[in-house]
Amino acid sequence: MSPAPDMLDRFAVALMRPGAAPPQGLCAAKAPDMAARFNVYRNNVFAGLIEALASAYPVTARLVGEEFFTIMAREFIIAHPPASPVLLEFGAELPEFLASFPPAAALPYLPDMARFEAAWLGAFHAADAAPLAAADFAAIAPEQMAALRLDLAPAARALSSPWPLLHIWQAHQGETEPEFIDIERPGGDLLITRPAYEVLISPLPPGGADFAAALVRGEALGRAAEAARCADARFDLTAALAALIRGGACSHLSLTAKP
Amino acid sequence: MAPTSHPRLCNQGGPVPASAGIGLKAMHCDEILSSRPRIGWFEFHAENYMGAGGLPHRQLTAIAAHYPLSMHGVGLSLGGEAPPDKAHLQRLRALAERYRPGLVSEHLAWCGRGGHYFNDLLPTPYTPRTLERLCAHVDLVQTALGRQILIENPAVYLRFEESCLTETEFLEKLTRATGCGLLLDVNNVHVSAVNLGFEPLAYLEAFPVHAVAEIHLAGHLDESSAAGAPLLIDDHGSPVAEPVWQLFAAALRLCGPVPALIERDNNIPPLAELMREAARADQMLAAEARTAPGALRAAS
Repeated sequence: MSPAPDMLDRFAVALMRPGAAPPQGLCAAKAPDMAARFNVYRNNVFAGLIEALASAYPVTARLVGEEFFTIMAREFIIAHPPASPVLLEFGAELPEFLASFPPAAALPYLPDMARFEAAWLGAFHAADAAPLAAADFAAIAPEQMAALRLDLAPAARALSSPWPLLHIWQAHQGETEPEFIDIERPGGDLLITRPAYEVLISPLPPGGADFAAALVRGEALGRAAEAARCADARFDLTAALAALIRGGACSHLSLTAKP
Repeated sequence: MAPTSHPRLCNQGGPVPASAGIGLKAMHCDEILSSRPRIGWFEFHAENYMGAGGLPHRQLTAIAAHYPLSMHGVGLSLGGEAPPDKAHLQRLRALAERYRPGLVSEHLAWCGRGGHYFNDLLPTPYTPRTLERLCAHVDLVQTALGRQILIENPAVYLRFEESCLTETEFLEKLTRATGCGLLLDVNNVHVSAVNLGFEPLAYLEAFPVHAVAEIHLAGHLDESSAAGAPLLIDDHGSPVAEPVWQLFAAALRLCGPVPALIERDNNIPPLAELMREAARADQMLAAEARTAPGALRAAS
């Protein structure tokens, strides 16, 4: 019986353990230093995945600097190797990982920045959907509003943060490092969506992210508004709805049987 | 329909011609669509187009309307022990149905194990057992896609002690058993030859050239240290190197003119630079077509 299955298993295990010796059973005609040859594969794996992570989270990477990001990314890759050959799906766990990564504690807004960038990338690759316009809502009578079922576009994501994420993100869209970021600015709720081919970001009024989350769960408008008001007493349905419509985040509406 | 200076290229996809093509990069798409460069075809990486929607699909759809496409996969892990992931195969099939590529290719390599993926093309031993396994996986993919696929020779850095077949014997047996075609990467031949210390021309002469339906040309990185053995890394990060152009010429004499790709995945230059390399490949292909008119089998 061939030892092939064991061979590839041992190859895979050693690959993901930096510093570990290469598995037995390898050779190279003119290379006595097998470890260096095996390291080419290991370096390719780590360098490729670190680069993929940095391109998915460009502002997060710039906030911590290249050296920190590389060390952090190595630990992340060992803890969360890709679960799919589709690299677009790699790195979804980074925000949670950063939240419990002690060396990143000095930048308390870092996990939220990563959440924001994950939402941006998700919106970029999401399924296309034509957005509803304000006129599409004109036929809805006020008494029907509570029973309205509003579907958000597949690209639409809302998030809430105490940190000024949009300010930080915008400050890092140029080639050069920003001179100053004012992290004392207020945070708030943001809408990230893609009504056409460009990802658009807009602020949502207080409670807007909870409202959007309830709509995504399938709640009718009335119940979604209640949920949002529970989370934030300042919630205003008209303002939140207007922001979602203006942002191009609504893709379909229908009337439910009961509110 | 808008007039174009190269109507012969506006064939809405279709077969990939025996001329030079360029690896499609997102950063070049706008320029390709506005300037319609005179190039025979483009190759796209399947996994880059496995998102649900958005700009990548819009760009690829527009490019597919004007150029033949080749689809190059890196994620099936055909050389692994487990059969290709069903969900991934389904994604590949959906892409093939949507974009109708003239060629579909994958690698003699594995890239995942036990539900984890490494984003790299890892080497496989060459034994009767691994051959049987690879044949089964290639059969499965060709059945699922309802078409022939091409398998690419790898760039390798080491050997397995248990290997008892040469790479060319292994590929020959694979094509005979499955009817698959081969993608001959001449940069990989050069890189492997330097790293393992074999003669690249002897490798080409032993290669099952009857099955070659595409050639890849790319750059590599020289990491040889003063003290150690020579080491080349297949990084696709620089222009095609001279020894690789020489291997390309030798491969053309053996295979006849086939579609030839300029592959660049790192340090991506302006499109014009890749077009210059493609022009050189086209000149060599045309010269080969003149001297060996009987070898035009890959042209349509």
